[in-house]
Amino acid sequence: MVPLAWYLVLSAILFCLGIFGFLLKRNIITIFMSIELMLNAVNLTFVAFANYWNEHAKTVAEKVVPLSGQVFVFFVMVVAAAEAAVGLAIIISVFRTRETLNVDRVNLLKL
Amino acid sequence: MTLTTYIVVAVIKIIVVVFIMLTGVAYTTLLERKVVARIQNRWGPTRVGPFGLLQPLADGVKFILKEDMIPDSVHKGLYILAPMLALAMSLVAIAVIPFGNSITVGGTTTALQITGVAHATGAISDINIGILIILGATSIGVYGVALAGWSSNSKYSLLGSLRASAQMISYELALGLSLVGVLLLAGSLSLRDIVNAQGQNAWFGFVPHWYIFPQCIGFFIYLMAAFAETNRIPFDLPEAETELVAGYHTEYSSMKFAMFFMAEYLNMFTVGSLATLLFFGGWRGPLFGPPLLQSLLPVLWFAIKVFFFIFLYIWIRGTLPRFRYDQLMAFGWKFLLPLALANIVVTSLIVALRA
Amino acid sequence: MIHQILFIIFGVICVAGAVNLLVQRHPINSALSLVVVMGALALIYLLLGAEFVAAIQVIVYAGAIMVLFVFVIMLLNAGEEERSRGSHIALLLGVPGVIALGCLVAWTMLSHNTQLGGVRINTADFGATQPIARLLFRDFLLPFEITSVLILIAIMGAVVLGRRES
Repeated sequence: MVPLAWYLVLSAILFCLGIFGFLLKRNIITIFMSIELMLNAVNLTFVAFANYWNEHAKTVAEKVVPLSGQVFVFFVMVVAAAEAAVGLAIIISVFRTRETLNVDRVNLLKL
Repeated sequence: MTLTTYIVVAVIKIIVVVFIMLTGVAYTTLLERKVVARIQNRWGPTRVGPFGLLQPLADGVKFILKEDMIPDSVHKGLYILAPMLALAMSLVAIAVIPFGNSITVGGTTTALQITGVAHATGAISDINIGILIILGATSIGVYGVALAGWSSNSKYSLLGSLRASAQMISYELALGLSLVGVLLLAGSLSLRDIVNAQGQNAWFGFVPHWYIFPQCIGFFIYLMAAFAETNRIPFDLPEAETELVAGYHTEYSSMKFAMFFMAEYLNMFTVGSLATLLFFGGWRGPLFGPPLLQSLLPVLWFAIKVFFFIFLYIWIRGTLPRFRYDQLMAFGWKFLLPLALANIVVTSLIVALRA
Repeated sequence: MIHQILFIIFGVICVAGAVNLLVQRHPINSALSLVVVMGALALIYLLLGAEFVAAIQVIVYAGAIMVLFVFVIMLLNAGEEERSRGSHIALLLGVPGVIALGCLVAWTMLSHNTQLGGVRINTADFGATQPIARLLFRDFLLPFEITSVLILIAIMGAVVLGRRES
């Protein structure tokens, strides 16, 4: 039996590393990947709590509710997929005009 | 069953399956060369052993003894990782394929499947997301191809791998959707359950309850997508010799090249096995004889059905020309994908009305 | 006991992959370490009994989204990250802030460890495909349909953005 707190701490560590990447990396693709890392950390929390509440549910009706934690992961994945598709398209069009992936050099609103 | 016996049995199963699969791969290359040669009115390999039967052995020795070259400007880590990834993922997919029901040796009953478990009650169960694991392994296998082309630092490799990964990602959709019809009919994602669902009463008394009959459109889509997914003729654009030398494995030699080769043939086995399990009743066939024969006969039926697919692959290779790349993409997105979606709608409607 | 050992192994792989993502200068190495993180997370989901989510994690995240990233990196032939002077505010305020936040969350969780209780691998079909599908297509039908519209808009946006202006 693993304490629920361990899962939450792992999730927090991954989320913080994602924030680090978001703040410190200068390559726009890596920044994007840091966002994906944060979304994954949140997913871990959802799944961990789903299992936890399933464990602590007493009636049959209560047993259904925890599963929605896992269903939520699907929605997060859908959003991540949509975000990746649009974001990477933006990156490609930025690269076409600026020929760089460094966010410091993409400092004008006009392309 | 204690944990120790469980581990011992699992290791034995893995060794046997990997050995048989790799031998099968070696002899499939011989079969391919022989059949294609016959189609083109040649002899094929005849020199090594009777009828050239030892040719795979000679090829293997040659692969091992050749110099393992690593070109100067490659990204070294990924260059070495890519073939390993490709081979490993095609082996992972085989781990969930059931070859037969179960076998009893020396009082220990075990499922004829690496990830299958025989319970004390005699019931046999396997992973209940088997199909998803195969799909996941093939989608991770794309990395092997993509990284091989990128890390080689050569234009032919890069073009080949871009083509290959775009093609594999596009056709994965049609491949996955073509299976949904069968999953709706069987009501399970476990490969073993799907095969068992095909063991029901025969249609009209003599047609076996195989899903190819209600799902012939699904099977057609699956077949096309499987050809594209394994990069075989008529969809072998990624390694089109006339345009790209050899595609993503241009810069590879010796055992690293052999790993890509083995991965490609193992993928052929995987898609052939999947077609057998989902559309042709898996290991089901007439059973007779003593108990040991009864547990091994299903494996024979399974192997014969898979052999039929491998032969179809080779036959088509000897017959059809290659598509153009835009034709390939248009075929996948504009024809196969809508057809697969229509197939799902019709199938689910019928399943819902009959329920 | 085995459960805890497995959790520690996969958790260490996860954190190591995430740290490697930050340390590596070449985007393709970062992308591959993120794939490793996602694979390890899928195994952790299996430990939590969420087998279907684990499979989808591998197929969708590692097999589709990350392939897209690798594909773009290959297409743009992105080189090593340039060392440039980043934002000072991000460095001075962000880093200590994030460390403080991480420590605070970890301390809160671990100090309430005993009240929270634990999770175990359950043998019932919690997290199997059927109950999830029932929930997704019955109770969450409206959100599900809305996400399909979202995906459609994202596809159209990607096509418009990626198209070369003639």
